[in-house]
Amino acid sequence: MIFRREHIQDLARGAAFLGAGGGGDPYVGCMLLEQAMLTTPEIRIISVDEVPDDALVVPTAMMGAPTVLIEKLPNGDEARLALQRMEQEVGRPAFAVMPGEIGGLAALLPLVLAARTGLPVVDADAIGRAVPALQMTSFHVHGLPASPVTLADVHGNSAVVRAKDDQSSEWLARSISVAMGATCQFCFCPMTGAELRRGAVRDTITNAIGIGRAIRLARAEKSGAVDGLLNYLRGTEHYRWATLLYDGKVVDLKRETRAGWAVGTIKMEPIAPFEGKLEVVFQNEHLIVRQDGQMKASVPDVIALLDRETAQPITTEGVRYGQRLKVVATSSPAVMRTPAGLEVIGPRAFGFEEDFVPVEVLNSLQGPA
Amino acid sequence: MIKVGIDVGGTNTDAAILDGDRVLAAFKAPTSGDVSTGIVEALRGVLAQSGLPITDIGSLVIGTTHFTNAFVQARELSPVAVIRIGAPATMALPPLCGWPERLADCIGDFRRIVGGGHEFDGRRIAPLDEAALRQAARDIRAAGLTSAAVTSVFSPVDTTCEERAAEILRSENPDLMITLSNAIGRVGLLERENAAVMNASLAGLSAKVVASFRTALRELGMTAPFFVSQNDGTVMAADTVARFPVLTFASGPTNSMRGAAFLSKLQDAIVLDIGGTTSDVGVIANGYPRESSVAVDIGGVRTNFRMPDILSVGLGGGSIVRDGTDLTIGPDSVGYRLLSEAMVFGGATLTTSDIASASGVAQIGDRQRVAHLSADLLERATDRMHFMLEEAIDRMKISADPVPVVLVGGGAVLVSRPLKGASELIVPEHSGVANAVGAAIAQVGGEVDQIMLYEGRGRDHALQSATELARKRAIDAGAAVESLQTVEVEEVPLAYVPGGAVRVRVKVVGDFAAGMVGR
Repeated sequence: MIFRREHIQDLARGAAFLGAGGGGDPYVGCMLLEQAMLTTPEIRIISVDEVPDDALVVPTAMMGAPTVLIEKLPNGDEARLALQRMEQEVGRPAFAVMPGEIGGLAALLPLVLAARTGLPVVDADAIGRAVPALQMTSFHVHGLPASPVTLADVHGNSAVVRAKDDQSSEWLARSISVAMGATCQFCFCPMTGAELRRGAVRDTITNAIGIGRAIRLARAEKSGAVDGLLNYLRGTEHYRWATLLYDGKVVDLKRETRAGWAVGTIKMEPIAPFEGKLEVVFQNEHLIVRQDGQMKASVPDVIALLDRETAQPITTEGVRYGQRLKVVATSSPAVMRTPAGLEVIGPRAFGFEEDFVPVEVLNSLQGPA
Repeated sequence: MIKVGIDVGGTNTDAAILDGDRVLAAFKAPTSGDVSTGIVEALRGVLAQSGLPITDIGSLVIGTTHFTNAFVQARELSPVAVIRIGAPATMALPPLCGWPERLADCIGDFRRIVGGGHEFDGRRIAPLDEAALRQAARDIRAAGLTSAAVTSVFSPVDTTCEERAAEILRSENPDLMITLSNAIGRVGLLERENAAVMNASLAGLSAKVVASFRTALRELGMTAPFFVSQNDGTVMAADTVARFPVLTFASGPTNSMRGAAFLSKLQDAIVLDIGGTTSDVGVIANGYPRESSVAVDIGGVRTNFRMPDILSVGLGGGSIVRDGTDLTIGPDSVGYRLLSEAMVFGGATLTTSDIASASGVAQIGDRQRVAHLSADLLERATDRMHFMLEEAIDRMKISADPVPVVLVGGGAVLVSRPLKGASELIVPEHSGVANAVGAAIAQVGGEVDQIMLYEGRGRDHALQSATELARKRAIDAGAAVESLQTVEVEEVPLAYVPGGAVRVRVKVVGDFAAGMVGR
């Protein structure tokens, strides 16, 4: 597809949904993309199948503290520099870029780089949602290492990390990003078209745009903002098991910062015809939802909280006592539901006692799937 | 001491005169286009009622929405030299990106990004580019600009770049009005820069308005100094307003809430201000309004300076009631046409006032004209009104515990039953002029909001120096040293940042110093 400025808000909204409570405020990302598209009004989004087997594809994103990111805004050239370093490191030019994760701000940045370089963006990511760490991706599951990682700052400084495993890549890259003023652009996990077909989660950019559009169109109608969204989700490959789990209001909210994570629990009471008490546990993203103690959905499946009136996805930091919210859960891409995927992003990877059970099983969903 | 508060709203200019804690008199006058005439009329009225001479006034505080309206409607805005310090960072997003065109056009196209600014930990991003600033200073003079906004990256951590830039600009342009972003906004460059530009664009208008207030009050023979309400419930000296007009934004709801708390003698409560078109719900904690924690949109421009946390719902005394498959109320209202369009006044539109009158809970207009309304309709409409208010109250609470609710505003008569979630429902005496009372009782404040590094100096030392700075700012603003109290200390650790970086907010308030209110 050709991505134009009128798609920006839909992508941001869809990426906020797939952010599953995390992914941060996409405002700066939207502004960066708006600005870049003043000079490049069209960006090519290509399918995974359009990438030749030996062509180089590079995922890109931003790293740093959210508070710093909204103050020390980018120069605009960092991502291109990080990409150049990666091309030097790998020894050939990039054919396309792509997002690492399709949740929140991270979904928008590869398009900013594409607008500045003229490269296309591959319609895929490494997870089909937001995740808190590099090793929780389909790349990792398929044995594609995050290393080498290239980073660049506002001054034109750059660094290359070659690490023995993904955990080390993450540690070293984070330390460098702090030295760079706690915000930088980076590229990681360079791969060939063949590896891309093996390791990536397909169609997630167009899915995110579709989700954002479905919410917008349904909002314009009198009622049923969520119905329009569910209809769209049921037509997708990854998110086809989609259900409205709950409609209620927030009656209790506990949150704290633990080892850099925003951790907490949201408790809700129902609005008829829904019944029972609901609990959503989060760590940056929503991890697990229980109704009267019964698990109704868990990671890696997507759990999203939506404003009851507008269906706008709400991040965990945006949740307040008294809010009226709808809770929607969808299936996640198949690769994340495999034993290898669940090992890095299943409920046990976050310290829960429960095993993963698919959302369609937990809620006996009958669907078009 | 005799204190007078005047609150200039969209429709009415309300005045109240207080002797200590006692309301002596209140008066409502229509708001005038030039603001001053309405203020003079309200002041004359309230003095006449109290029987006091104008020379008895110890302090006068004016609350006005004039500057908010001027900005939103793009009226009388000054063009602004917009200067950002932070290159090579921030180049990707130029100043004023995301502004509606009609407002950006008023600001003009003088926009510069020069080298300088700080990292989160106080390191310099680049040396301050003084040559570029001197060039900008000359260009400002050549362009004949009178107002400038200066925003440096991480100026909430280190203000030196903005201060040095102001010196350089002023050396070429001694009369230039300069807004430094660190004096207004918080971390969040675009939002803080927007707030600074907004403030700078109002500099000319605010100087003019303050001068007209001063002239009008002098002509009345008032000798006491006058102050203007800020949106956090404290005041600015008249001279300061000309420098910080944006800090008056949303001072109306703040004054209503502070006045409601004062009149009901509650320090912690929810205030429900029911007007003609909307009900504003706010929270009073420790006698002051709770502040909004999210970015605030003003006329389509995103900002992050402090604003009271207000929830507006479309329910007021003029809200239109429709009975279809579902009964709905508002959000549209007959507004100021209530006296001609509502059924009780001979009109054809069914409004909430008609429901209240027909139900016999309030005496509004001619009840005979609504005698035909069915008991079932009245019941459902009354249910709906109370449900809307209960929902709004619940959304503003931070826990499920019932809290006292103070009702103010002309539409308060719509409430005829207990409200769920309210431990008690209080309609204080003089509730119709709670906004003017809130203006009269305002105190002087000083605030610090910056990122501090606890590592090395230690938390206690950091908090102490922040508190001292806030106290100094309060004293500079006219507070009496012995009356100062710290009303707020907030610490928010920054995620992913080493060095124990913490965003610290300290707020101190006090009474007017005696010397400030001499005659």
